[in-house]
Amino acid sequence: MSDPSTGKEAAAERPEGDIPKHLTRRQMLLTVAGVGLNAIAGVLFAAPIIGYLLAPAGRKQIKKDIEWLSLGDLTQFPAGETRLATYRNPDVRPWDGDTGNIPCWVRCISAGQFQVFAINCAHLGCPVRWFPQSGLFMCPCHGGAYYADGARASGPPPRGLFQYDYKIQNDQLWIKAGQMPTLANPPSMVDANQPKGRSCA
Amino acid sequence: MRLIRRLGEWLDQRLQLGKPIHDALSHPVPRKSASWAYVFGSASLTLMILQFVTGLCLAFVYVPSANEAWNSLQVLNHEQSFGWFIRALHGWGSNFMIALVLMHMIQVFLFGAFKFPRELTWIVGVFLLLMTLVMAFTGQVLRFDQDAYWGLGIGASIMGRVPFIGSHLVHLMLGGPIIASATLSRFFAIHVFLIPGALIAFVGVHLLMVLKLGINEWPMPGRVVKRETYLKEYHELTHKDGVPFFPDAFRKDLVFSGLIILALVLCAAYFGPFGPKGQPDPTNVHAMPVPDFFFLWLFAALALLPPQMETFLLLVGPPVVIGLLILLPLVSGTGEKSWRRRPVAMLALLLIVVALAALTQLGTYTPWSPDMDAWSSIPVPKKLLEGRTPLELQGAVLIQAKQCRDCHSLGGGGGLRGPALDDVAVRLTADQLIRQILQGGGNMPAYGKNLSPAETTALVAFLKTLHPAGQRPATDAALLNTASTPHGGVDKTGH
Repeated sequence: MSDPSTGKEAAAERPEGDIPKHLTRRQMLLTVAGVGLNAIAGVLFAAPIIGYLLAPAGRKQIKKDIEWLSLGDLTQFPAGETRLATYRNPDVRPWDGDTGNIPCWVRCISAGQFQVFAINCAHLGCPVRWFPQSGLFMCPCHGGAYYADGARASGPPPRGLFQYDYKIQNDQLWIKAGQMPTLANPPSMVDANQPKGRSCA
Repeated sequence: MRLIRRLGEWLDQRLQLGKPIHDALSHPVPRKSASWAYVFGSASLTLMILQFVTGLCLAFVYVPSANEAWNSLQVLNHEQSFGWFIRALHGWGSNFMIALVLMHMIQVFLFGAFKFPRELTWIVGVFLLLMTLVMAFTGQVLRFDQDAYWGLGIGASIMGRVPFIGSHLVHLMLGGPIIASATLSRFFAIHVFLIPGALIAFVGVHLLMVLKLGINEWPMPGRVVKRETYLKEYHELTHKDGVPFFPDAFRKDLVFSGLIILALVLCAAYFGPFGPKGQPDPTNVHAMPVPDFFFLWLFAALALLPPQMETFLLLVGPPVVIGLLILLPLVSGTGEKSWRRRPVAMLALLLIVVALAALTQLGTYTPWSPDMDAWSSIPVPKKLLEGRTPLELQGAVLIQAKQCRDCHSLGGGGGLRGPALDDVAVRLTADQLIRQILQGGGNMPAYGKNLSPAETTALVAFLKTLHPAGQRPATDAALLNTASTPHGGVDKTGH
């Protein structure tokens, strides 16, 4: 058995994974070294790739995306009207072009009192359109409709329109935004369909 | 001639591919399987190769950047020679490919070809179908227009319904917090590198198994598949009554693929490329997003699912359907192959085809969506205005101005979201009309806050005139009983 040549032959005939008995010390070392080195190399190679691919979904990254953003002078939003406003995606890249401009609906209830609605329907994210004549927001995709205060009026949406938290500073309207509103990422907990009591911070 | 043969021999001595290729081409197939029913798989493969060629051509010009993608498509459509044609070939090729893959799948299901020993061929085929659909969706995203932008919004919103990790999934899908260039770049990588690479690998395995296991024999009622005897029976069938795949069965594949390519070229030349539609500018809120043809059924289903069950069905439905497709050959891997002896399977197939076709048909005219321009573009039909009082005419003005027509049609024009109003006076009394308008209900928003009492009176006065000639308007039974004359005189509008 100690004859290296017979050891080699026996190992060659055996199916993989069933090697240990007839391995020489040298073969054993090489196998361990080979598997071990590749395991370490594999982890060193793969870990950054996984980190790279998952980077946009990291918790820290998601928190960092939310900022106070200005929608412009208060004078743009007369009392009793609902108007389209735009903010620039804070995470914008130079080659984003027009997709960096994100719209939202600003309803000025009375001087200093606002509701800022996401453009995205609470059902599946399509752009809702405001109709002052009938006082409704309507969605072009699956027929969702909302009242002027964002409460669900009809159709498939499971809740009222998403609302952004807002503040007034230096005669400008600011909202806390920076990510696409979805049921998993509502910009604030305010929902016109929920009983009052909760309020924006 | 001798030179070519010597060159061939020189190459084969080194490559050693001659014998395997010869064996593959001459493998015997059952005589009856050299049939027109068996041509869809090879045609799908042909189309995939064409998609690779046209896709590569498009990649020479296309720019995967949110700011430039739409413009580069305009260059392809209008400036680059034959750019429009290559785009048309690629877009129509995608439709053709989904259609043929589905036909191939239906044929395999009908003929019981997924049964022993071809279970894994079917399972790999299910993944090929899924990849084809992913290619179609990601391809629609690369045509970076309004539809693509809001299609991504729908995708992200579905991800956002996943419990616990929904937020992370949305960011992962978009490559950031909001739809932007990062989103387009990752869909480009998926469409151009990831899935095509996987497609090549999976098609290779799929074809290898077709060669190793042989083409399914024509199913005969009563010829039952048993694990113990099938391989022997198949061997006898192919060797006693078989024909070589090349050229006997190959001829029909050749003719059909040729016809498909011709049809594709004609479609592309006649209909031209798909879009792009409006620029992907999210601040243009006049977008009316519609998915491509093969996703219309899904679009319709998303509008029609009961809201309470929607999240559950969206998240549980797809894994269940895919799971069932994968389990099918494992659960029903033996037994009858003939469709004549598999009534449940045939009914299930019929049900699925009818359901998908019906949903697709609904998706082409989206009756659940308001027609957002109806109020300003489709007038009240003239004959409904003749001989009306000023109050009623004021109501007719309001029915336009308050956008009732976006959801309700008159004389065949207007939205289909709510019922047509041509005979509303037959269905509802004046009091019921007022209640319905002010309080809404049954999917109609309440207009109480948006109509003054005078406006409501005018609107109802007009609606009370809307009944077909010869049908009396609805009257309040309680009032009818107290009235002195049998015909009531209750109808205050006098119609």
